[in-house]
Amino acid sequence: MDKDIIDQIIDKHNCEPSYLIQVLLDIQAENNWLPREALERVAERLQVPMTRIQHIATFYKAFSLVPKGRHQIHICVGTACHVRGASRVLDTVQGLTGIEPGETDLDLKFSLETVNCLGCCALGPVVDIDGKTHGKMAPAKTADVLKNYD
Amino acid sequence: MPRINSPAELEAFRRNLLSERDPNKTCITLCSGSACHASGSREVAASIQEEIQKHGLNAEVEFRRTGCHGFCERGPIIVIRPEEICYFQIKPEDVPEIVSETIKEKKVIERLLYTDPATNEKIVHESDIPFYKNQGRIVFGSNVSVDPKNIDDYLAICGYSALAKVLSGMTPDQVLQEVKKANLRGRGGGGFPAGTKWEGSRNAPGDVKYVIVNADEGDPGAYMDRSLLEGNPHSVLEGLTIGAYAIGSHEGYIYVRQEYPLAVENVNIAIQQAEEFGLLGKNILGSGFDFIVKVHRGAGAFVCGESTALMTALEGRAGEPRPKYVRSNVVGLWGRPSVLNNVETWANVPLIINNGADWFTQFGTDTSKGTKIFSLVGKITNTGLVEVPMGTPLRDIIYKIGGGIPGGKKFKAVQTGGPSGGCLPEELLDLPVGFDELTKAGSMMGSGGMIIMDEDTCMVDIARYFLEFLTEESCGKCVPCREGMRQMLKILTNITKGKGKDGDIELLELLSETAIEAALCALGKSSPNPFLSTLQHFREEYEAHIKEKRCPALSCKELISYYIDPDKCQACMNCLRKCPSEAITGGKRQIHVIDQEKCTKCGTCFEVCPSRFAAAKKISGEPVPPPIPEEARTIVRKSKEK
Repeated sequence: MDKDIIDQIIDKHNCEPSYLIQVLLDIQAENNWLPREALERVAERLQVPMTRIQHIATFYKAFSLVPKGRHQIHICVGTACHVRGASRVLDTVQGLTGIEPGETDLDLKFSLETVNCLGCCALGPVVDIDGKTHGKMAPAKTADVLKNYD
Repeated sequence: MPRINSPAELEAFRRNLLSERDPNKTCITLCSGSACHASGSREVAASIQEEIQKHGLNAEVEFRRTGCHGFCERGPIIVIRPEEICYFQIKPEDVPEIVSETIKEKKVIERLLYTDPATNEKIVHESDIPFYKNQGRIVFGSNVSVDPKNIDDYLAICGYSALAKVLSGMTPDQVLQEVKKANLRGRGGGGFPAGTKWEGSRNAPGDVKYVIVNADEGDPGAYMDRSLLEGNPHSVLEGLTIGAYAIGSHEGYIYVRQEYPLAVENVNIAIQQAEEFGLLGKNILGSGFDFIVKVHRGAGAFVCGESTALMTALEGRAGEPRPKYVRSNVVGLWGRPSVLNNVETWANVPLIINNGADWFTQFGTDTSKGTKIFSLVGKITNTGLVEVPMGTPLRDIIYKIGGGIPGGKKFKAVQTGGPSGGCLPEELLDLPVGFDELTKAGSMMGSGGMIIMDEDTCMVDIARYFLEFLTEESCGKCVPCREGMRQMLKILTNITKGKGKDGDIELLELLSETAIEAALCALGKSSPNPFLSTLQHFREEYEAHIKEKRCPALSCKELISYYIDPDKCQACMNCLRKCPSEAITGGKRQIHVIDQEKCTKCGTCFEVCPSRFAAAKKISGEPVPPPIPEEARTIVRKSKEK
């Protein structure tokens, strides 16, 4: 990741250590994951120990310390989706992609995550792929939707 | 825009704004909350703009993108004022007709109207629809008339007049007393009286104090805070500023989940606009009172909804709670007195100031005043956000507003209070909603998630589901929560897999007791609630799983099998074609049979089997009948129908 971009992000937050999480969120948004050299740069400029950065990067769900795939699949397993059969959708996606939640496949095609509520419960079960919401999912429909991504 | 320097100038600005706005001008409002975005409101918006342009109606028609209207089931929603014509589930291709028929010709398009399922009548006006008619929307109601990105809309509906009233004619103590008198209790879950919390901070020593908005709405199936913050951010900012004035704070924080990008965007715009108008920042409305607000995004940790954990996260550290020997309103963020309230609580404050505590306390029960917004989701006909006066019976919310259970299924339970709440059965449906009423019944108010479950929902699985959620979200600091919950989850998972044994229930009860007594924060202390409440009301389901290895709701995957009834199968090939694991054998006029070895129990065959045949079945607690011999599988039809 470009050092200048990291510095811009840090400067945007006035190099303020209490904005550490906000800085990491911006880097995550920019780069999709947090490479080690980016974290080292943050530690150096914000003057916070690397251990604390790693504590945060592993504590909060928004951060990834490994590269992500081209397509991000987020399966909502919020309660509303759960009672409408989200686990069957999740099973289908796991079966088709061969990865578990939190993993990325070897071709870097898909990354799979479960999320707790996307807040569009009327459409449940919901699957979000690259920011596009697919509502009222069922196992067979899931298979059809996934075919559209390469 | 010039700064507004006094309450009189604010009033003059509002009058001027209203005089420029023609109440009879046609205005198309489109619900543009996150839920409607998901159902395509962005595309509809583009289409409306295009059509207005095409017909040269720019001067005559106003188009306003508002926040969530609440009726998410039927989104995207269009309301055309002043006639208040309401159209549902709009697709971009409907827009040309709406503009040419309704806007230009003033004709109502029947097919886009709401049909009352009870009477089959078409309803034109939003306020006549049962979903809206039976609510009391004092907080959420403004959403439908406000474009959250435009402060003028909020000012036009008397926005910031409560702040003006406070700064020009009330002492901080008077504000405090009014909020105390209104008995405003925290809408985030705890139900702690806001006035008492504020008073504690006001009286705490120190010059630097903070006010915080908790918008880290993490309960799965609850999204009312998001809709309020993204739909009417100024109401939250106004409440927060009033609170800051009351306790003597000059700096506020809004902690909002990064998963709510629209809320983050809208609240940042709102802060910027309020600062330009002199409604935030230095010398607000010329009163000499200074107050700034900063937005922090939460990075995804459920426990950060807990007050002390949230404050730790605001400090830029991992959000772990701390014991509350000293409350955070005395020693909170950076060791300073800090008042933290939920989005909805703050949004109630301007209403109390404007209308008085006596007005506010006319709604509600003895101990719970005002209204509450619930996120009504799950197996319910009208999914959406509903605001009702406290004390409304659950039955009214579920049936009068929610329209009951879809698909002719039977109601089983309503789950309130998020992961730490509980499930209430049919017998308790006449319970009035209120903080103490729900707690007494073994559940809790929580932040307002209300998940409806029908006969197909397994209550053991629901307990397991919430325990799994909480286990994952446990920060790991204290043992009863970290280890106790993990053991509880293991036992519950075993039960749902048919590996339950005698004594499991008792062991679960023991672990629950320990967590309630010894866990550090509310997350751990309340973690056994889902188990305890389902056990209390649905014990027979636990026993069926453990003793008979049977799931009465036919939901637990390990305990059910799919089976095609050879007497009913008409060999229509539907299930055979759709089965994702190719587990079904058969053919034209060949009765279909599921290969139990290959079957992944996804349920597709059950869903696609035509209801007139109803051959695919779910069974539990009994062995799958052996497949009929191949020679008996051919169907001989007497008369060829097709």
